[in-house]
Formats: sequence, structure tokens, C-alpha cells
Amino acid sequence: MRKPRILGALCAITSLGIAHAQTAEVDHAKADAEFAKFRAEMEDSNPAELFELKGEELWKVKRGPKSVSLAESCDLGLGVGKVEGAYVQMPRYFADANAVMDAERRIVWCMVEKQGFKFADIAKKPFQGANDTNPPEITSLVTFVAGHSRNMKFAVPLKDPKVKEIWEIGKEITNYRAGPYDFSCNTCHGSDGKRIRMQNLPNIGTHEGAVKGVMGWPGYRMTGGVMLTHQWRMNDCFRQQRFPEPKYASDTVTALLTYMTANANGAVYKGPGIKR
Amino acid sequence: MADPMKIRASLKGDVADIRVLVSHPMENGQRKDNAGNTVPAHYIQTMTVEIGGKPVIQGQVGTAVSRNPVFGFKVKGAKAGDKVVIKWRDNKGETRSDEAAVA
Ligand code: HEC
Repeated sequence: MRKPRILGALCAITSLGIAHAQTAEVDHAKADAEFAKFRAEMEDSNPAELFELKGEELWKVKRGPKSVSLAESCDLGLGVGKVEGAYVQMPRYFADANAVMDAERRIVWCMVEKQGFKFADIAKKPFQGANDTNPPEITSLVTFVAGHSRNMKFAVPLKDPKVKEIWEIGKEITNYRAGPYDFSCNTCHGSDGKRIRMQNLPNIGTHEGAVKGVMGWPGYRMTGGVMLTHQWRMNDCFRQQRFPEPKYASDTVTALLTYMTANANGAVYKGPGIKR
Repeated sequence: MADPMKIRASLKGDVADIRVLVSHPMENGQRKDNAGNTVPAHYIQTMTVEIGGKPVIQGQVGTAVSRNPVFGFKVKGAKAGDKVVIKWRDNKGETRSDEAAVA
């Protein structure tokens, strides 16, 4: 009884494969539309919200060797403890650290400087692995902060010369070719209409492309059920580029995030998202 | 203790559209960790929904359900302000109960 059925299934798959090759372009657009539907449905109840909740708790509670909360000590650029709208206005320049920082880097800075955590401990495992049940605390904190910029416009303060300088560096990095394949970010993300397998590659130097590159981060990845930040995305692209992965919370990653987020200025941020 | 659920219950006519996000690892007992050891099964087995003190759904959940799952229910005859209580129990005997009001 079983054998014929399996054979039948194999035949079906083979002929589907051929059909797919012939109409790859059409199928690609269709798959994209299907995923958009799925995302619209899921955004209504995005598991990312669970991490917003966890992050809120972590933000408010007194923690670390100094036993202070981030809510009473951490300035994300709009005043101590103020999270509303902070995410879409970062990266920005912070005088107390004398550096331009993206949201994740700033929260790490607060955890170290204000709460007394050790950077090395946070950097040991900054992103959720496929086998981890939960993301690290920093990811939940970033997700909480990002959730408080939902439906607000990206407004990276590019008029600030310090931010503009980092933006220029970010732009330079996207053009920098090196490594075994002589890749730069722009090899994959520097022109319109490129894709790898079924994944569209946003052209991050344009406004539209940058919007695609920043929207939905931090995001809940359906594959494996993991919560990941924009910093993770950068690290993973360096891996795809066959570069060494940057040090956690590095200048390089902030520069790239400054470049892309500022290019997306004016677009409405939809909040923590869903990724495939 | 288990993390809270996030419950949303919105009324459309006399039908309550209930959506619940559950924070749970939902380990199916077949996965291996980085060291090659089997990750023990840990998953929700039963789930109940009560509206206004009345049980309206009793469900059995198994290992085929994803980590941090989302469940949706439509319940007829609900009124604004009705209390929705959702409970689950997993194979380790852990439980969690959260509530929300129909809005
Ligand atoms: C070898 C090709 C390649 C290179 C080089 C590369 N990326 Fe990517 N990038 C990808 C792929 C593939 C994805 C995943 C797209 C998906 O899953 O939808 C991606 C995704 C992204 C995203 C997220 C897009 C989204 O829809 O959320 C951003 C942002 C991004 N890359 C930026 C960069 C930056 C910045 C660099 C340079 C440091 C870079 N990438 C280098 C291939 C590349």
C-alpha cells in the first residue's frame, strides 16, 4: 500500500520543480505576496511582544552590582528613563560616552556604566542561538525599547555633525570590498532587484531599500523561533560576506546602522517585526 | 515561574475574538543541544479558556506546536467586560493562568 503513494509524491515534486524553474520570477513575486499576508496575520500577535514584556520588566527592576534600574539611570537621548520615541531617534551622539550609539549599544553602555555589569559578560553571548530557549536579556531590552517607537517616524539626527561623520563612515564600509570573495555589502545590497534564493536583497543606499533593511528589526524569526536584533543582522551579514564577525557593540556596526537608519528617515517604524 | 501570556479579546458583534500569545519553550524531546545531548521534552499539554467564569474551551496541546505559540479562538455570546481566563499546564506540571477583559 505504501510504496505507490510515495512514488506518486515523488513524481509530483519533480514536476513541480520543473514548473518552478520556468516561472521562477512569477513564483517569486507570489511567494513574496504570500509571505506579506502571513506577516500581516502574525503581526497581530507577534511573539516579539513576549520579549517586549520581558524587556519592560528588566528595564524597571533594580539590577546589577550597583542595584539600580535602567528606568532610573539610563538616558536613551530623550532624558533619563524616557523610552517613548527613543528607538527611531537612534543612532545619535551621546556626550557622556563621547560616541554615536545605536539603541543596543547604548543599552549595553547603560548596563555597564550605570548598573555595573561587565561588558565581557554581556558580550559572551549577545545573540540568541538556534538551540537557546530564550534570547539574552539585552535582546529583550532592545525589543522593549523598540516597541515604544511603534508607528513613529525614523528621525536619526543627521544634522548633528558627529552623527553625519559616522553616517559617512557607514557609507564607506558598505563599499569596502575585501575577504576571500572580494565582497562588500554593496555586492549584495548595492543595486535594485537582487536576490539570493528566495530572499530579496534591499538596496540599502536608497531610501526605499534602507526602509526594508531597518523595518521589522528587532525581529522574531519564525525559523527556530528566535528573537534577534538589528545588530545580529549585521553580524550575520558579515558572516555571509566571509568577513570576520565584528566585535559585539562595535563602532563598525553602529556606523552601518547609522547609515541605513538615517537613509530610512521619514518612514514610519512598525515596531518589532516578524522575519522568516 | 513561567512567563506571562499576552491575551487580547476583542468583541465583534457578540463574538469575542480571543488571541493569546504563550511564552513556552515547547520542546518536543527530539532535539539535540550543541553538545549532542537530547533536550528533554517540555511542552504544554492542556489549555483551558473561561469567559465570565464559564469554561468555553478545553484543549489538548502536543509537541507539534511551535515555541512561543499563538492561539486564536472565536467565542459566541460574549459581552464587553467579560473576564477571560486562560490556563495551561505542561508535562512538568508547571502551570500558568492569566486574564484579560473582553473589550
Ligand atoms: C553575500 C551577500 C550578502 C552580503 C555581502 C551582505 N548581505 Fe545583507 N543580506 C543578505 C541576505 C541573504 C539577507 C537575508 C535576506 C532575508 O532573509 O530576507 C540579508 C539581509 C540583510 C538585511 C536585512 C534585510 C531585511 O529584509 O530585514 C540588512 C539590513 C543587511 N542584510 C545589511 C547588510 C550589510 C550592512 C552588509 C555589509 C556589512 C551586508 N548586508 C552584506 C546577503 C548579504
